[in-house]
Amino acid sequence: MKKRFVAVLLALAMVLALAACTGNKPGPVDPGTVEPDAPGEPIEGGEISVGLYNDLDASLDPHMSSSSAATREILFNIFEGLVKPDSDGNLVPAIAESYSANAGADEYTFKLRQGVKFHNGKDVTADDVVYSLSRAAGLETGEPLVSDVAGIESVTKTDGTTIVIKLKKPDTEFLAHITTAIIPEGHDPLSEVIGTGPFKFVSRVVQDNIVLEKFDEYWGEPAHLDKVTLKIIENSETLVMSLRGGSVDMAVRLNASQIPTLTNMNILEGSSNIVQALYLNNAVKPFDDVRVRQALCYAIDKHEVIDLASDGYGTALGSSMFPAFGKYFMPELTDYYTKDIDKAKELLAEAGYPDGFEFTITVPSNMKMHVDVAQAIENLLQPVGITAHIDQVEWATWYSDAYQGRKFEATVIGMDAHGVAASDLLARFVSGSAKNFINFNSPAYDAAYNAAVSTIDDAEQTARFKECETILAEEAANVYIQDGASFVAMAKDLGGFEFYPLYVLDLSKIYRTK
Amino acid sequence: MAYVIKKTGVLIISLVLISLLAFLAFQIIPADPTTKILGTDYTPEKAEALREQLGLNDPLPARYLNWLKGLISGDPGISYSYFMPVKEVMQGKIQVTAALSLFSWVLVMLFSIPMGIILARFQGGHLERTGIVLNQVFMAVPPFFLGMLFTYLFGLVLQWFTPGGYVPFSAGFGKAMGYLFFPALAIAIPKAAKTAKLLRSSILNEMNKDYVRTAYSRGNSRWAVLRDHVLRNAMLPVITYLAMSLADTVAGSIIVEQVFALPGLGRLLLSSIGNRDFPVAQCIVVIIAFIVIFMNYLADIVTQYVDPRVRLN
Amino acid sequence: MKHYLKDKNFKAGLIITGLMVLVILIGLFWTPYDPNAMSGSEKLQGPSAAHWFGTDNFGRDIFSRVVQGAGATFLIAAATVAIGLVVGLIIGGLTGYYGGLLDEILMRIADSILAFPSILLALVMIAILGKGKYNIILALGLLFIPSFARIVRTEVAKQKNTDYVRNAKLMGAGDMRILFIHIMPNIIPVLLSSVAIGFNNAVLSEASMSYLGMGVQPPDPSLGRMLSEAQGYLFQAPWYAIFTGVAIILLILGFGLLSEGMGGE
Repeated sequence: MKKRFVAVLLALAMVLALAACTGNKPGPVDPGTVEPDAPGEPIEGGEISVGLYNDLDASLDPHMSSSSAATREILFNIFEGLVKPDSDGNLVPAIAESYSANAGADEYTFKLRQGVKFHNGKDVTADDVVYSLSRAAGLETGEPLVSDVAGIESVTKTDGTTIVIKLKKPDTEFLAHITTAIIPEGHDPLSEVIGTGPFKFVSRVVQDNIVLEKFDEYWGEPAHLDKVTLKIIENSETLVMSLRGGSVDMAVRLNASQIPTLTNMNILEGSSNIVQALYLNNAVKPFDDVRVRQALCYAIDKHEVIDLASDGYGTALGSSMFPAFGKYFMPELTDYYTKDIDKAKELLAEAGYPDGFEFTITVPSNMKMHVDVAQAIENLLQPVGITAHIDQVEWATWYSDAYQGRKFEATVIGMDAHGVAASDLLARFVSGSAKNFINFNSPAYDAAYNAAVSTIDDAEQTARFKECETILAEEAANVYIQDGASFVAMAKDLGGFEFYPLYVLDLSKIYRTK
Repeated sequence: MAYVIKKTGVLIISLVLISLLAFLAFQIIPADPTTKILGTDYTPEKAEALREQLGLNDPLPARYLNWLKGLISGDPGISYSYFMPVKEVMQGKIQVTAALSLFSWVLVMLFSIPMGIILARFQGGHLERTGIVLNQVFMAVPPFFLGMLFTYLFGLVLQWFTPGGYVPFSAGFGKAMGYLFFPALAIAIPKAAKTAKLLRSSILNEMNKDYVRTAYSRGNSRWAVLRDHVLRNAMLPVITYLAMSLADTVAGSIIVEQVFALPGLGRLLLSSIGNRDFPVAQCIVVIIAFIVIFMNYLADIVTQYVDPRVRLN
Repeated sequence: MKHYLKDKNFKAGLIITGLMVLVILIGLFWTPYDPNAMSGSEKLQGPSAAHWFGTDNFGRDIFSRVVQGAGATFLIAAATVAIGLVVGLIIGGLTGYYGGLLDEILMRIADSILAFPSILLALVMIAILGKGKYNIILALGLLFIPSFARIVRTEVAKQKNTDYVRNAKLMGAGDMRILFIHIMPNIIPVLLSSVAIGFNNAVLSEASMSYLGMGVQPPDPSLGRMLSEAQGYLFQAPWYAIFTGVAIILLILGFGLLSEGMGGE
């Protein structure tokens, strides 16, 4: 059905080629403890509750919450952009019916789909699209709300159903960025949550629950379920108990260690599609010294960390790129540093820390995956004389202090991508980038990155992005750990879950069977 | 009556003082909410405008009075984390904590009074010895550990309830209270053990008094003396203690809510402290403080009503 | 001291606390395993001859960790009680001895603080001070001052009018000398019982705060924090929570019995 609408120009072929490379999406794998029952026939209707260990951002404004992956993956069900990713990572037309780009890749034209309705019953018009994109790109205020679309110079409607977007400079990956939500013209999403997605927002009780209901007038394939209650259970221990007890039907992004308890559920294994690392603040002592960062890389055996904290599930990484990105992923960087305690001590001594030092790892307390990795790292650093203190903070504090305020020494966290565009993962390490929370500063990196994004030659671009990845590894920007395994636990009578190569939870495909 | 008026006066002064202290406590902490609320959107001008909007530029006394006025009229400010009225953030959460605390308080009474009487009635026997040992152990069990044991035993092994399966009151009063039973029990048991012990010693204390000996000399049985004469007097200190222990069950809920994933004030208080969302934390602390003070006030009034001797003091 | 030994509660408390302290002391020098040694191949094993209390989610020996955690909890409790006791002695001693308006005001404040659930006040203090081992000691220590001050004040006020104090005054002893050399030794028996109950409260408070994630932070050991970690493995490894919890109960129970045996609460 989607394929009907695919009309793509040559300039876009590379995006799709990339997407095709990621076609080896992780499917259901039995982690060894549970034999998933074959899901029965779908039945329409019904309701489920899904356990989330992260409360959503305070604001459900799709243009504001561009930073918390946990919020975006829920909003994915409520809002849609001109295009949206499917479970293979392909960008498929959504509010747009078709699109085209000029040869210079700096002007894109979108034809709007007819009969798309907002949750408030109104039709989506070209004016709504112009309003939404102008708002997100900050065309009037000069301050983009969504960094993905910051490259937009102008958005105009040429007739009732055609939108022309001009870019400040060529961007072959622009399509991956134009998944930005379309909202009704003049609408302030803070007052009411209105999108076009398969689910509509019904209610929210802070730190407790969010209720979504099926949107009957959805333009595409409708959701199977009538109602989804997202239950916020920030304590990962309690979340497991709730799943075990059956009060929650489903949860995603669970840790391997949480799985053996859930013998009452079907377990699917996929990958989180994140770059989990011990992110180091390159601007503070002692991490401003590359030798110290390298010493950490030599001291921390990522395979051992994965064994200890993730029961061996997870793909080891060596730079800011994960396998779902296909051709951009460089497996040869994974073991760029191999465990070598003597080498680590030597480097520390050279840097002036012969007896080691103390530092603090700040980690969001509700993310067990990161807390466990932090504990394993703390343990592995002891032999080289480095003492790590672990400061577990609330997610919102982590976000405002460590991430936005850059007030941290080190943190264990996962970075995800908004779309299957290499720049999504690599842009943040350009010096001066607002997202460069680790204060990485390398002129060589900036040069390679700028070269990558200014060319429209695919081979050149790929090579440049790979150069960026290599610099991150060489400079030991962070201690890269893994793309963690992500386990999905579902009640035995649920089916239809699909893994995305992105940080997405697609609720519309899920159905009850019995 | 004069006593009640005097106590009411003290009550009002205490409430004002506590609100002032709670307000000041959270002013000590350096926290600029503007960076948090604005996030990446931060500019000095926007921050200044926001500070103005939140009234943060007013002098301290004005801010206190504004906040107090808001508190009384049911609008205690704006949450820094959620940027919505504190009232909305707290929506539904007070009911959970209130129901849990009251429930466990009732359980404390249901367990402790019979237990205390039995322990006193069978003084010196095997039953008393065993009872006292058990009582000591129960007093030493942290409520959150008890909660974990209940989760394991009744939730996971016997499956009498669904861990984490709290149902809101909107889904039915019985259902909600059913889920609250084990959390309430976890809070109540250590508290009930303490109360039973107090009642026992209070009874034994009374038993040594002259009027009891007189009652015995009239040929009454131990049970009859206990029931008809001693209990009323022995209950006096216990009533005061019980009234004050409602405050403790509220505090107990803060912890036990974590064990059972209950969406009450406890979880909100912890996260608001962690996130330095002080309007919310301040409001919760004041609410709990008010409950404590009010229960002490009630305890005074009730004791005075039951025991006219207090009036003489 | 001797007459306490006739009391059954005191004896039981002494045995329990003595055993715990003994294990903690041995644990300072020797535990069966390094409490921090992780092992990917020995995760969440049940109790066995090799691991008496089993292993945790990182393959660490739970017995060794419980011993270490009990030691940490004990030390925190001791530091907390020390702060409360020393400051309480000074405030309570002076106000009890001199009386007057300041005495009245301070004791009213102490009473109102005591009326509040300590966990709530501790949370507020942590909000101001921040988390961590030393801050939890400071927060709980400050909270313990009023109760010690109250007890000392009452006792000192009682002793103030006894003959021996009057005699000392007649002999020209200064106030400080009378207070600290003559009076204080006489209130030690009462204080001992309060110290025991203080330990009891401190262990419970520290465990609760660390369970809530507001107290001791990893990698520092703490029984309360272990209990919160154990909660996620209740189904797979119930022994993890049970052994940790029992250690907390024994500490609390021991001190509770001691205090009771000495005529406390």
